Amino acid sequence: MEKFDVIVVGAGLAGLAAAYTLAQEGMEVLVIEKGDYPGAKNVTGGRLYVNPVRELFPDLWEKAPLERFITKEGVSIMAGERSLNLEYYGNELNQEPYQSYSILRAKFDRWFGRQTERKGAMLVSKSRVDDLVIENDQVVGVWAGGEELRADVVIACDGALSLLAEKAGLREPGNPRDYAVGFKEVIELDPDRIEERFGLEGNEGAARLFMGEVTRGKFGGGFLYTNKDSLSLGIVVGIKDLMEGSPAIQAPILLDEFKQRPEIAGLIKDGESVEYSAHVIPEGGLKAIGKLYGNGILLAGDAAGLAMNIGVTVRGMEYALASGYYAAQAVLQAKEKEDFSANGLAEYEKLLNDSFVIKDFAAFKEAPTVLDSPRFFKHYPELLGNIMKDVYEVPAGPKDRLYPSIKKHLTFKEMWSMVGDVRKVMKI
Amino acid sequence: MSELGGLKAKLGLDVFKHDSEPHIRIKPGMEKDPRLKAAVLVCPAGLYAENAGGEVELTIDGCLECGTCRIACGTEVLEWNYPSGGAGVQFRFG
Repeated sequence: MEKFDVIVVGAGLAGLAAAYTLAQEGMEVLVIEKGDYPGAKNVTGGRLYVNPVRELFPDLWEKAPLERFITKEGVSIMAGERSLNLEYYGNELNQEPYQSYSILRAKFDRWFGRQTERKGAMLVSKSRVDDLVIENDQVVGVWAGGEELRADVVIACDGALSLLAEKAGLREPGNPRDYAVGFKEVIELDPDRIEERFGLEGNEGAARLFMGEVTRGKFGGGFLYTNKDSLSLGIVVGIKDLMEGSPAIQAPILLDEFKQRPEIAGLIKDGESVEYSAHVIPEGGLKAIGKLYGNGILLAGDAAGLAMNIGVTVRGMEYALASGYYAAQAVLQAKEKEDFSANGLAEYEKLLNDSFVIKDFAAFKEAPTVLDSPRFFKHYPELLGNIMKDVYEVPAGPKDRLYPSIKKHLTFKEMWSMVGDVRKVMKI
Repeated sequence: MSELGGLKAKLGLDVFKHDSEPHIRIKPGMEKDPRLKAAVLVCPAGLYAENAGGEVELTIDGCLECGTCRIACGTEVLEWNYPSGGAGVQFRFG
């Protein structure tokens, strides 16, 4: 029977980050991936923020196959018939080192997999891990494709559902309240057109988020990222809100309607859809993060629940990369003591707590509760749209003064509710 | 409920590799369970539908393996696993 120092399950960002770091330190690492290649099962919106993880993998970024660096950040508040857009463009976004890049995971992960192999890790694709091997309450390996494979430690990076975390007794099947589903189309478009439509030059890129009617007022929003020669256009929506209906709508219809909005239709015109993908996203925040390690096992990335939606940004990939890195560090320390029990691996929690990962989750712990209000996703987008309409409208007759046209929307009751919402938002 | 007509074409863009058996199954006897109705709304691939008899049916072809139905309906009504190694959807962009 083959025995490795570490078995990593899942060649996503967390798994590859862990394997890359461990192999670099001379550990014998096996990465098992069920897809045809790393990235074959992985989906992002997507954009990767590099700053928090730059130093953890100093050699990685120069040649990484990232798409465009984001120099334009946009937010669209969408009402049924109108929308209000805000764009942020700053010199600081256009200076190296760039803070974020659009990214396509099948491309990036495949490349990252090769770098990990180059460091000495062994990567086996097309192989599904079916179970853990547990002896005396200690995880000592996995069953994959009818074969038993052993290791001192298993790092489960098997994604948001993490069936392995359940098998290890580290957590129960997820609650709809703590998860969203993201689904998107990749739409091929000539780079010249992308640059023209979004006002970009060279490898500059744009990112836009959309909230309001795009999800019919449900928790979530739309997104658009420019890649080198394609656009990633999709929607993220809370699973609980989708299930509850009001209004009842099938998820895929939201994306079709989104594509037909005049604000979007012009941007994707003449583009050719080349892929449709979907994935669950953990969004429960700090309170939804359970136990991250046990005897002989560590969880990292989405499997650990490490993704976060704070309204203006949805992030997960940096947390995946960093948690994979810290899982590797914890294993290296456990190796020194030859103690792979939960006790020996407990350093993982400490490393995460001291890093930006758990610090971010602690800082934004109120975000999921605060944002879970239909006022943000339905009421305010409509209200803002209506105010804009009245401010900009020039009727056949005399135009109302500006102040009264705004004030009629902002009744005493409305203002009072707004104060309440502002107080809530101040917790984020 | 609106039309899901364009969805087949959209799923046709993706690369799928055949699996020897369906990786998700509605547990026998659970077809009318109210918890399954959520799957009809949440599945981004529109693979769940309610028939005239009030039973929810699942077509596994075109499954994006996103996991939303498992979260929404739970494991008491669904037998849920990933496809075997090298089978199922293979994203080329992701």
